[in-house]
Amino acid sequence: MNMNATLILQSIAMMVFVWFCMKFIWPPVLKAMDERRTRIADGLAASDRAEKALEEANQEVEEQIKTARDKAHEIVEQANQRHSQILDQAKEDAMGERQRQVAAGEAEIVQSTNQAREELRGTVASLAVLGARQILEKEIDEDTHRELLDKLIAEI
Amino acid sequence: MASGHEAPTSGEYIQHHLQNLTFGQHPDGSWGIAHGAQEAAAMGFWAFHVDTLVWSLVLGVIFYFMFRNIAKKANSGVPSRFQAIIESIIEFVDNSVKDSFHGTSRLIAPLALTLFVWIFFMNLMDLIPVDWLPFVASSAGVAYQKVVPTTDVNATMGMAITVFVLILVYSIRYKGVKGFLGELVMNPLNPQQLGMPKVVWPLVMAFNLILETVSLLAKPVSLGLRLFGNMYAGELIFILIALVFTAGSGIVGAGLSSIFGEHIPWWFWAMAMLAVFATLWLNLKGKLDNKKTLWFVFAELLLVGGLAFLGGQLMHFGWAVFHILVITLQAFIFMMLTIVYLSMATEHH
Repeated sequence: MNMNATLILQSIAMMVFVWFCMKFIWPPVLKAMDERRTRIADGLAASDRAEKALEEANQEVEEQIKTARDKAHEIVEQANQRHSQILDQAKEDAMGERQRQVAAGEAEIVQSTNQAREELRGTVASLAVLGARQILEKEIDEDTHRELLDKLIAEI
Repeated sequence: MASGHEAPTSGEYIQHHLQNLTFGQHPDGSWGIAHGAQEAAAMGFWAFHVDTLVWSLVLGVIFYFMFRNIAKKANSGVPSRFQAIIESIIEFVDNSVKDSFHGTSRLIAPLALTLFVWIFFMNLMDLIPVDWLPFVASSAGVAYQKVVPTTDVNATMGMAITVFVLILVYSIRYKGVKGFLGELVMNPLNPQQLGMPKVVWPLVMAFNLILETVSLLAKPVSLGLRLFGNMYAGELIFILIALVFTAGSGIVGAGLSSIFGEHIPWWFWAMAMLAVFATLWLNLKGKLDNKKTLWFVFAELLLVGGLAFLGGQLMHFGWAVFHILVITLQAFIFMMLTIVYLSMATEHH
């Protein structure tokens, strides 16, 4: 347990180790730790910000959904209105068309009736003439009895 | 027990364990290793404790590479587990320094870290069973081996002296030579403030100088001797415990001595260790549940040496557990006091 020069060598060894530590260990580790600390702080701040942003976004989304829903409602309403409008219009058009068609049909009927009547008249006239001719056997002259015949025709 | 030829007496055993491997100049002028305490003492100041130096250097290098390894890989990303441990140690030291040292210094934090970890490692050697390394050394032909550098007063005082030099350097750097000397002679009785007549000033100043010099010198001495004393005492108790149950004499050793006689063969210890190791290994591998393991270990301990061995092991275990606290605490105290002393050196008071 005697004191000797080990003292001096130990002292030197300590200085060398301290120097090593000061030069090669402390600065890089501390730097890394400080960097990590800032990174973590940044990360936490960023996450806070993100959370806030998310909340805001959520609110905005809700608002947008609400407007969209209102708009959709409105559009549906409009569509419904338009629908009934179109329906009414269509009904009206259909009615008009029907009347037109009916009128046209009636007119055609009248026309064909008239035509048929005219034809019938002609046919009856010639039939009458034919019948009369056969009865009278050439006694009746067509030209002389023209007036009579026309009278007959008008009567039919 | 270092030599297997003759069983040393308890006194010889203890002395052998407390003797450093000393290299120096014999009185006849030749250089060599001292054989025994007298020869070592005869070498005077210019001798070296080879074991202390080698072990402290080895531990210092382990410290350096352990931390350097991390320092090289250090980045601000996710740390590995080992990196986290190293960083928490560094953070702990950094906080201690920030709490106690109010100046700015590039040196003081690395200094504190080095002292803390290095001294802790040196103290940790105390937990290696006291006979292992000396036994290996004596098998290799080295007669003496004291493996705990901090149980050598030269190692602790060597570090304390470096700290003392730093105290002086810091004092002078922060206060100037004049300020430092002024502090030495004008404290604690300041003749100027006390309004003493000029005649008695030299007397008061001389008185102050004596007081302050003592308190200044007390710093390194207490720093070095505190660590040394604690570790030396702890080592001694380990040696005594080892002595009690390897000497195989007396009441506690009776169980084994009755089987093997005075000398318990080495293979007996080897087998006992192997058995315990195997049991614990099986437990770690999951082949043995905890309850069974405990019973097996207990049975093995009983089998190995009866209550005598158990007693010795328990004492050793108990003291080792307590010593874990001591070694950490002593390393911390050395670091803390270094910081505080240097802090005091930078502040005016």
